[in-house]
Amino acid sequence: MSAQPTLAPTEAAKPELPPVKAVRRSFSSPLASALVVAVTALWTIPTVGLLVTSLRPKGDVASTGWWEAFVHPDFGLENYRSVLFDNSFGTSGGLMPYLVNSVAISIPATVFPLVLAAMAAYALAWVRFKGSDTLFFVIFALQIVPLQMALIPLLRLFSGGAHLGSVTVIPALNLKDTYLPVWLTHTMFALPLAIFLLHNFIAQLPRDLMEAAVVDGASHFKIFRSIVLPLSAPALASFAIFQFLWVWNDLLVALTFAGGNPTVAPMTSRLAQLSGSNGSRWELLSAGAFLSMVVPLAVFFALQRYFVRGLLAGSVKG
Amino acid sequence: MPTDTRLAGPALHLADSLWQDAAVKFGNTAGAVLGFVGLLLAVFFAAGRATGRFSRPLAIVLMLGPAIVLLLTGLVVPLLRTVVLSFLDADSAKFVGGKNYGWALTSSPIHGVLLNTLLWLVIAPLAATGLGLALALMVDRMRGQAIYKSLIFMPMAVSLVAASIVFKLVYESRGAGQNQVGLLSQLAVALGWDDPPNWILSQPLNNFLLMAVLVWVQTGFAMVVLSAAIKAIPDEITEAARLDGATGLRLFRHVTVPMIRTTLVVVLTTIMIITLKAFDIVRTMTGGNFGTQVLANEMYSQSFEQYNYGRGSALAVILFLAVAPLVVYNIALLRKERATR
Repeated sequence: MSAQPTLAPTEAAKPELPPVKAVRRSFSSPLASALVVAVTALWTIPTVGLLVTSLRPKGDVASTGWWEAFVHPDFGLENYRSVLFDNSFGTSGGLMPYLVNSVAISIPATVFPLVLAAMAAYALAWVRFKGSDTLFFVIFALQIVPLQMALIPLLRLFSGGAHLGSVTVIPALNLKDTYLPVWLTHTMFALPLAIFLLHNFIAQLPRDLMEAAVVDGASHFKIFRSIVLPLSAPALASFAIFQFLWVWNDLLVALTFAGGNPTVAPMTSRLAQLSGSNGSRWELLSAGAFLSMVVPLAVFFALQRYFVRGLLAGSVKG
Repeated sequence: MPTDTRLAGPALHLADSLWQDAAVKFGNTAGAVLGFVGLLLAVFFAAGRATGRFSRPLAIVLMLGPAIVLLLTGLVVPLLRTVVLSFLDADSAKFVGGKNYGWALTSSPIHGVLLNTLLWLVIAPLAATGLGLALALMVDRMRGQAIYKSLIFMPMAVSLVAASIVFKLVYESRGAGQNQVGLLSQLAVALGWDDPPNWILSQPLNNFLLMAVLVWVQTGFAMVVLSAAIKAIPDEITEAARLDGATGLRLFRHVTVPMIRTTLVVVLTTIMIITLKAFDIVRTMTGGNFGTQVLANEMYSQSFEQYNYGRGSALAVILFLAVAPLVVYNIALLRKERATR
């Protein structure tokens, strides 16, 4: 498997090449092994430091380094309780509302583009019409647009509506305290990549099956629901995991459309603000950061296979 | 304050209201998802009953329509609007020609920003790719390689905000005589440097410390992709080279690197694209202060802190012009690679 953006069904069936390789043989020595262990340790220690800090009492965190905790162990979950529920960081109710917002943003912002992109990909692949190839290419090409190019116009659209001269195309809606701007922006920006990846997969479904269904008189909607969706489950799962983590970890959309507003802003947006204004309250900052890391880490360790595949496919998104 | 009394009185009500707030939010979210799916099912059911010559166009419009409308309103129109805005003044009221671009390319505060961006663009991707390649070569025949690979890949799963906070703790600095709480300062002290500097404030070193966060995140990606590419080199080729007497570095330079060249460039350009667009690290660690500003964060600051939509849009266009060729090249390489496999 390489970085190619494909979730093609044939990929898993490719025979594995024999693993013994001369190049690697000549690079595997005790020295090489020691280097790998050293890099792994270097890569892991910062995260361990954050975790240990988040479990130590406030006084200890302020006065000594986290490594001292191994000499004088004193661990507890008090920081987590405090950062979630107390009026810490000058926010009433701590980070709890933001954690709730992260969940409430991520799930719809995964489901919406997934379903809409699967529909579009099916139409482009199996209900072909004049210009469908061109349309697919245009959508594919939209991947080159960075998110930054759309932020200002989108912000104005959500706050002031859209007008052509004096004609109102889209009225100004009061969306400030709703998740809609964040959901919609994530959905819009997920579509080019999602349609491209799912099209690659759906276009390779067996032609016989589709034709048999048409002969049986099934409508396109029925074929989509009862054949395409179930058979595309692996591609849908890979993209869903990628998109969920993308949204959960996103800062740019969150900061632009939700800011620090506890009604709608997710963890990332609040943590980025706190890191600037309360950067020395390490017992709280570390607990907050770790809370935001728990979900992606759980997804990563539980679904590593899908995760790597989805991530490689989507690595240029955004 | 003793812990056990904290949840008494008003605090208890606060906790109650927090759960209530969560229940309302989850209710709204579940409602939105169920409503969305329900609406689609209803439309599908109704449209599925249509027969005759309207059924095909109807299917196309209903299945493709929502995506097209969203792409037009969310991407195509905003793209054009941003280009127009970049030629208008701060309030988008007056046409100013190329003034915003002149500012973005010639004013002196921006020079530092462009220089930093260029440094990021060159150093972070090269470091991550080089390290990833070295690890890919070394890790594959080790016992327990899956564990090493997972641990090095793990930072890729968390947000750049969280990664920045992880490293902010590493770079934390205390005055001389106090206990250091940051690992880097402690290391410096252990090596005999009694009063290490405040790392984040030390220019231009702080730029490289910020890049280290991106390298920490992206090395695992480079390693996993390159490791797969190395595994895919046919056995006959390496065997033939070995029979000709090539070993170690020569084998690496003349066989491995040419065989994985496309993948190497893909990894490099992919990380370059991510580097150009990422503003999270700078925003979280320094907010762009202390000489660490980069293009993506300056675009955000101009647009949403200074509310200068003209300058913000001009910077967005410049970012777009920098990213677009990289993405096109990257995709072209991917297609080429797929065709040769």
